[in-house]
Amino acid sequence: MAKTLTQEFTKGLWAEIPPFRLVLGLCPILAVTKSVENAIGMGAAVVFVLVGSNVLVSLLRKIIPSKVRIACFIIVVATFVTVVELLMQAYTYPLFLKLGIFIPLIVVNCIPLGRAEAFAYKNGIIPSFADGLGLGIGYAMSLTALGAIREVFGSGTFYGNQVFGPSFQPFNFMIEAPGAFVCLGLMLCVMNFVGKKA
Amino acid sequence: MGDYVLLAISCVLINNILLMQYLGNCPFLGTSKKMETAVGMAMAVIFVLVLAGAITWLTEMFILKKFGLEYLRTMSFILVIAALVQFVEMFLKKSIPALYAGLGIFLPLITTNCAVLGVCLINIKEEYTFIECLVSSFSYSAGFGLALILFAGVRERILLARIPKPLQDTSIGLVTAGLLSLAFFAFKGMA
Repeated sequence: MAKTLTQEFTKGLWAEIPPFRLVLGLCPILAVTKSVENAIGMGAAVVFVLVGSNVLVSLLRKIIPSKVRIACFIIVVATFVTVVELLMQAYTYPLFLKLGIFIPLIVVNCIPLGRAEAFAYKNGIIPSFADGLGLGIGYAMSLTALGAIREVFGSGTFYGNQVFGPSFQPFNFMIEAPGAFVCLGLMLCVMNFVGKKA
Repeated sequence: MGDYVLLAISCVLINNILLMQYLGNCPFLGTSKKMETAVGMAMAVIFVLVLAGAITWLTEMFILKKFGLEYLRTMSFILVIAALVQFVEMFLKKSIPALYAGLGIFLPLITTNCAVLGVCLINIKEEYTFIECLVSSFSYSAGFGLALILFAGVRERILLARIPKPLQDTSIGLVTAGLLSLAFFAFKGMA
């Protein structure tokens, strides 16, 4: 039992790491990764929503009729997104302003909905919890990695601290929209390259 | 009138929803491998987004604002959109089967297209009037269609090229999207 639980957890960290292996939830990963701080904030929000919705869907899986399950999943996910939105507005207001529209958009980020359909609806509470946590952390890690690359090259800082000397010219391309696409594409290429060898 | 034209231009080109606002990227990469599917998706989005923009605006003004329920915005909008998509699907199937066949499977997929919910939320956030809301919904979705169709054209050509293995498919798609986005980036000078 313990072993399978660990498997459910770790598959999200590498084998099925969301934005790269599943190519879902791309919009926030492009939009909020201008800096590491934003990326971590967004990652934490996604982890919360994913774990919450997975556990709740798994709890309710015997009650939800399969014909209207998608609508029910959407309501569950939307509830948790609203909770996160209000919490962030109350406790981390500057971050809330920076992430802006992308917090409510977690609802239509396919990951929570996809996991509810593919995993939580068919499994018990504890595996669903592990699955949500693993994928959520995997997602947060990818966000942070992309955020780190873009922040270091785009503004010459890491988590707000200067990395390079004062003579560093920021590579503006990286923090603008085109840089996000190119950078994610190249990261995906590296992931494919490494994954093929292993 | 001039204001509406300006708003439309800024929504289509300067703040292009796909390439500048990063919304709706999953269908952007998913349906752009063939020109036909790209056109179908673009049409479906324009159709639904204009309706959804109008209805969510009315919901916000006459239900949420009136009863002080703004914190339920996310939840109510997504439900309204999901119901709308379902309704449109049933309506088209019954009365305009030709259009229904054309849009095909893209209609149900639109519920989880973040461009739709995103534009509805932007309309509220920018405090547009009803007409402005209609103009912005239409031009954002037209911008979506424009970028999607351009991208599909490029992607069809890429299929013929020899690309290193790790870069294939989504990876090269993203890099191409980056270059396209760079082209749209130039419109920022107009703002």
